[in-house]
Amino acid sequence: MRQSFLPVLTVVSTIFLIWYVAAIWLNAPWAYDKATRSGAELTTQTLIADTWSQEKPKLPAPHQVGAEIWKTTAQKKITSKRSLIYHSWITLSATLLGFALGTGLGIALAVGIVYNRTMDMSVMPWVIASQTIPILAIAPMIIVVLNAVGVSGLLPKAMISMYLSFFPVVVGMVKGLRSPDTMQLDQMRTWNASPHQTFWRLRLPSSMPYLFTSLKIGMAASLVGAIVGELPTGAVAGLGARLLAGSYYGQTIQIWSALIMAAALAATLVGIIGVVQRLTLRRMGMA
Amino acid sequence: MIWIAFAITVWALGWWINARLSARPRTRFTGLAVPIVFGLTLIVIWEGVVRGFEISPVLLPAPSMIATRFAASTDILWEDFVQTVIKGALSGYVLGCGSAFLVAILVDRFDFLRRGLLPVGNFVAALPVIGMAPILVMWFGFDWQSKAAVVVVMVFFPMLANTVQGLSDSSAMQRDLMRTYGAGYWTTLRKLRLPAAMPFIFNGLKIASTLALIGAIVAEFFGSPIRGMGFRISTSVGQLALDLVWAEIVVAAIVGSAFYGGVALIERAVTFWHPSQRH
Repeated sequence: MRQSFLPVLTVVSTIFLIWYVAAIWLNAPWAYDKATRSGAELTTQTLIADTWSQEKPKLPAPHQVGAEIWKTTAQKKITSKRSLIYHSWITLSATLLGFALGTGLGIALAVGIVYNRTMDMSVMPWVIASQTIPILAIAPMIIVVLNAVGVSGLLPKAMISMYLSFFPVVVGMVKGLRSPDTMQLDQMRTWNASPHQTFWRLRLPSSMPYLFTSLKIGMAASLVGAIVGELPTGAVAGLGARLLAGSYYGQTIQIWSALIMAAALAATLVGIIGVVQRLTLRRMGMA
Repeated sequence: MIWIAFAITVWALGWWINARLSARPRTRFTGLAVPIVFGLTLIVIWEGVVRGFEISPVLLPAPSMIATRFAASTDILWEDFVQTVIKGALSGYVLGCGSAFLVAILVDRFDFLRRGLLPVGNFVAALPVIGMAPILVMWFGFDWQSKAAVVVVMVFFPMLANTVQGLSDSSAMQRDLMRTYGAGYWTTLRKLRLPAAMPFIFNGLKIASTLALIGAIVAEFFGSPIRGMGFRISTSVGQLALDLVWAEIVVAAIVGSAFYGGVALIERAVTFWHPSQRH
């Protein structure tokens, strides 16, 4: 852990350095344009100062994004429509609902596939094929159609999240539930264990490491689903709506702050699963 | 009512056939036939339910309707396919995966960089990178260049993380053996480490193939010229022409499967020695 601290720090600070330099480079044309129109001379110093503080820059500097995030999280009431926490909560609730549904569906399918040969042979290829369909592309249709049927609000977004997150869970759980080897299964048989007992005492516990790995992927996918699901709803609320509204009005700082917020959300959610994973596996004596 | 009964009968029949087929020893034939029967059954049930309950085509068109629409508007579909898949997704895929591969080889030479970039790359690969789409559309304009840029950004980090991990997959023993042969860095890379990294590289390529299509289509929601699959989907939803939307989805599904399948076929040819390919 400590070994990789310095390298990671170097890489991250290099990224920030590139970001600042790129901000100068990308925003300079607009700064020059302004200067020639007002007849002012631009020294290197004023040029840099200008590129880092424009109102609608092509690429906002990190500190501008940071200030915007601070302004829209800490200095706004949570209930306010301008609060980023409010929008994050909208997205988070859809993500979590979709994740829960997807995990449930994924585990149920995996149990069916492991225990039923017909299901294994007929469903499994389609589960894999279902992921080659770019579901995110048909998200607008799902939202609009479900809206027409009268289902609106949280559920349509959660459905898209569910579709994206069930796949890693199915694949991981099928692998996990099949991970006990013949020796262990034979041992259960010598103890005269019922299929029920074999499942709860052997197959389920040994699938846990696989489950947590897939949960992490599923959670990240589910957040992407919720964000894209918010795009076609007419940009009402949520991080996706902030992205869309920002791109309509050229509010780049708003786009970037929504983006950073989404990244932080993803990192936190995946991090939480990581902690639960470590605790669980330690109690089970696996880690 | 007849249609509902028909759907239920077909479902029972399909399940019975599959149960019979899967009870037999697994061969090439049953491995192919069972999923096909399952898929056909699903389509027939869909048709039956839509007709039986008289679901409005604005909500869910029947498969037959989608098929006629598909046949009638192949020219539009082809134009969108060229715009989105060939120009947007494929060029971005090649650029993104290629540059990630080169960067990975560069990174691999320096242990410091490797230890720094791998966690960061893994972290970025889990982020909702698709959110970069509006920014890149703003930078590169509405045409396919911005779509390719979105695809590059989306595929870069998964590919990088996989390749870097793969390059460190050969064991110390194998590397020592190369050294006793007197092989230099490049020979070791070409004869040992790149082949050993291939399973990882192809894993990255497969992940990237699905991401590329998604990236190209979703980027079109943020602005595009008046062609392209994403554009067609979002405008047709507005016009309630759902049969055209579904026709686009069929194209996307075929392209996605073909793309993934193509990469998987090349993988099988290249990494024939790997345990996961030997059945």
